[in-house]
Amino acid sequence: MTDTIPTGKAVTRDALRQVGRPLVRTDAVGKAVGKTMYVGDHVMQGMLHARVLRSPIASARLTRLDVSKARALDRVACVLTADDLERPLIAVDIPGQTGRARLETDQQVLVRDRVRYHGEPLALIAAETVEIAEEAMRLIEFDLEPIPGVYNPEDALQPGAPIVQGTDNVVAAQKIVKGDIEKGFREADRIIENTFQTQFVEHAFLEPEVGLGWVDENNIINLRASTQVIENFRFIADAIGVPHNRVRVRASLVGGGFGGKEDVTMECYIALLVKHTGRPIRLEFTREDSLMGHGKRHPFTMTYRTGVKADGTITALEVRLIADAGAYVFLSPYVLLYAAIAAPGPYRVDNLLIDGRAVATNNMYTSAFRGFGAAQAAVAYEQQMDEIAMELGIDRIELRRRNYLRSGDTISSNYPIESAVWTEECVDRAWAALGEPTEATGHLRIGRGVAAYQQSYGRITYLHDTSQAWVGVEIDGSVTVRSGVTDIGAGQVSALGQIAAEVLGVDLDDVAIYNSDSAVTPLAGTTTATRALYMTGNAVKVAAEALRGRLIERAAKSLGVASDGIDIADGTVFAIDDPGISMPFHELVKLSAADGIHCSELAIFRAPFSDGLDPETGEGQVHPDYVFGAHAIEVAVDVETGEVSILKSVAAHDVGRAINPTAVEGQIEGGAAQGQGFALSEEMIYEEGRLITPSFSEYLIPTSMDVPKVESIILESGTGLGPFGAKGIGEPALTPVAPAIANAVTDAIGVRVKELPITPEKIVAALHAEPT
Amino acid sequence: MEVSLTVNGRNVSSDVEPRTLLVHLLREDLDLTGTHVGCESGYCGACTVHLDGKPVKSCTMLAVQAEGADITTIEGLANGELHAVQEGFWERHGLQCGYCTPGMIMSAAGMLAENDSPSEGEIKHGIEGNLCRCTGYHNIVKAIEYAAAKMRGDEPAEPEWEVSS
Repeated sequence: MTDTIPTGKAVTRDALRQVGRPLVRTDAVGKAVGKTMYVGDHVMQGMLHARVLRSPIASARLTRLDVSKARALDRVACVLTADDLERPLIAVDIPGQTGRARLETDQQVLVRDRVRYHGEPLALIAAETVEIAEEAMRLIEFDLEPIPGVYNPEDALQPGAPIVQGTDNVVAAQKIVKGDIEKGFREADRIIENTFQTQFVEHAFLEPEVGLGWVDENNIINLRASTQVIENFRFIADAIGVPHNRVRVRASLVGGGFGGKEDVTMECYIALLVKHTGRPIRLEFTREDSLMGHGKRHPFTMTYRTGVKADGTITALEVRLIADAGAYVFLSPYVLLYAAIAAPGPYRVDNLLIDGRAVATNNMYTSAFRGFGAAQAAVAYEQQMDEIAMELGIDRIELRRRNYLRSGDTISSNYPIESAVWTEECVDRAWAALGEPTEATGHLRIGRGVAAYQQSYGRITYLHDTSQAWVGVEIDGSVTVRSGVTDIGAGQVSALGQIAAEVLGVDLDDVAIYNSDSAVTPLAGTTTATRALYMTGNAVKVAAEALRGRLIERAAKSLGVASDGIDIADGTVFAIDDPGISMPFHELVKLSAADGIHCSELAIFRAPFSDGLDPETGEGQVHPDYVFGAHAIEVAVDVETGEVSILKSVAAHDVGRAINPTAVEGQIEGGAAQGQGFALSEEMIYEEGRLITPSFSEYLIPTSMDVPKVESIILESGTGLGPFGAKGIGEPALTPVAPAIANAVTDAIGVRVKELPITPEKIVAALHAEPT
Repeated sequence: MEVSLTVNGRNVSSDVEPRTLLVHLLREDLDLTGTHVGCESGYCGACTVHLDGKPVKSCTMLAVQAEGADITTIEGLANGELHAVQEGFWERHGLQCGYCTPGMIMSAAGMLAENDSPSEGEIKHGIEGNLCRCTGYHNIVKAIEYAAAKMRGDEPAEPEWEVSS
């Protein structure tokens, strides 16, 4: 077992053979021919089908729940209500590997008394077929007595407001103080204030939540679940009242996540029904279930008050953030923290006051979504930069240049950035790549916008994140990697194979990967927070390097060459100075095994650990490091209809090192499309807490007809904390897109719509409100 | 009710309820799980299969409506070797999570059977009814362009890369 502490310095050999090549992913063929088994494709003999009965209203008291008719229906195996549960609650915090105390965020599994959001589960049904389960669901009788709810954070903060959570609806508060805000405003020539808003956004992964659970021969409850976090097995075990080692979760294979499969959803329901029936249970959410059954992206109201010198230098920034947490806490405190940390953007601000609150309402609960608060902050800080530029009459790019955070500067929490900060390079290159402006014709107005960003990769450092991986070589020279990492579509597994292949000098095809099993693969943590490559990639690299070292030592004996003069490539072990002196890799493995050399290695990688922030000032380390980059957009806006078309879209990101450029490009293009939906069309609408967009006919994600070509400029500073100097791209790909579009629309029409999504209706209204 | 149809060249009969959807017949009775269910309302296209050579959404059709029809699913598209569209998705990284991929490939294959020289706009129009949340459609379009070139016997265009240090 190798135990390392990160040094922050990536070790790169001169020539990389596998890393950096645009390789076809190991999972591509199976997916293209329809052979790949997703979670929902697994069935079992004797399996029951489950359904979830949900509350049709958002705020009520459950005064009667009668399931007797449902239970009496033929071929219904089980109906569970809150009264049947040993433990009423399930934790919904970030799962930690370290046993750190959780925030007080537990959610009721089923409604016992009080309904807090539309869709909150009232009962679980298991029956021989889906149709019978649905018939049973219709036979359940219940009375809900509506009670006054609260449906926006402003109202929820008023004295006398109905209380959803806690004593005052404030589920989290985050303050960050840096420098002297009063002094900063005194030094300003101008003070510019704006308020920006974002909306509820749905992940809309194509695979609705699905899982299959059963009890195995060792009396372990097994779950195959579409989740990003197999380590939720702990919360599930706690909720159903069994020891942690009695629940095993596998997440193979998952059809997209984006943060929406981070919290526990169907897994707990399945585990409960398995426990109560002893039979295999399959639960597949309908799309409507999915839209009602997992947390959304937090709507934020963000008020920015910026003090600037006449030359554009920022002297002070005061930010007020209010996030709608919905009915349960989930990850709101962390999302708020990310938003607060990111609030100044990639700009140096010495005098800063950030005051954020996440507020409970009777809307759908909000939780993780790609960008995790930092994406909402970017919508505000980059629109604010354009507003400042316009007020001061300074070019937008030049204004940014005068304020860029540079390597060595401190971020909002007064903690220094040590890796490269290539914001300027990214902004300049993305902007230049837009080329000649498109000519305006007829009703069309052309506009351009850019947005830079700062987005963390890796989890919060005071959560003490770790990841493990096991690498072994087989007698025939093939390589095995075992790691709990879950692949949700971004190529997480394939990248690990590339890293192992790189270090051990074999082809990607020679590596087999076993992953995503909470019982038998070493725990690797969550596939969230742009951390899978950074954390697990490092763990694989550390394990493979230790193994490589032992094998080369053995090769030195056989080849009569010093260890440091030996390399492995293409399955051959050879003397660097005289490649004629060589042996096949598989021969070396055989010799090593015969000598009793340990031909496998388990490694743990630890992110930097910190102690938490100063409670008064918010000072301290929050994340291991940050990614910087930019997105530039050109739009055409039809001033008659308000319709926005994206004509050009250019991304430039410093990803540190592109392990597989094909996968990086894919993340960038996917992020561009999601950012476009965030900016222009997507909104989960709740009226008095009731979801009125429960399908893809109301909730509009971009189609092939909506998206432009995306040009990806991938920069590699090589300074990241990940393997071979990698940073990350999962979340960063999305973060700058919506503000870049918002800035382009404003540039086109001369008036700003400050509330996302920027729909045609809002554009037309804004144009009429401000006659030109 | 008894329904008889041809699926991937094989004659099959199945006893289904009148309300059984074609997609459930394929997935549950015939174990053809490559056809995916994403919304059960026809919006997402993950369940697209060919019915008598034309792409249809198998979640908006009853199994009994397919009586006598010739159905091809993603599993039946490859004929000994990968279909050009499958090869394109593989070669041009037209997929990430892969959940939309079978439906996307079936729509694309249906389109190319009608028109082997589609413009970029025609390709985008052809897959408009298939949602993808991972890729931004960019490489899906490239994959279909690749397939179109292969089907015409042309050399597919090389992908463009820019990685700078």
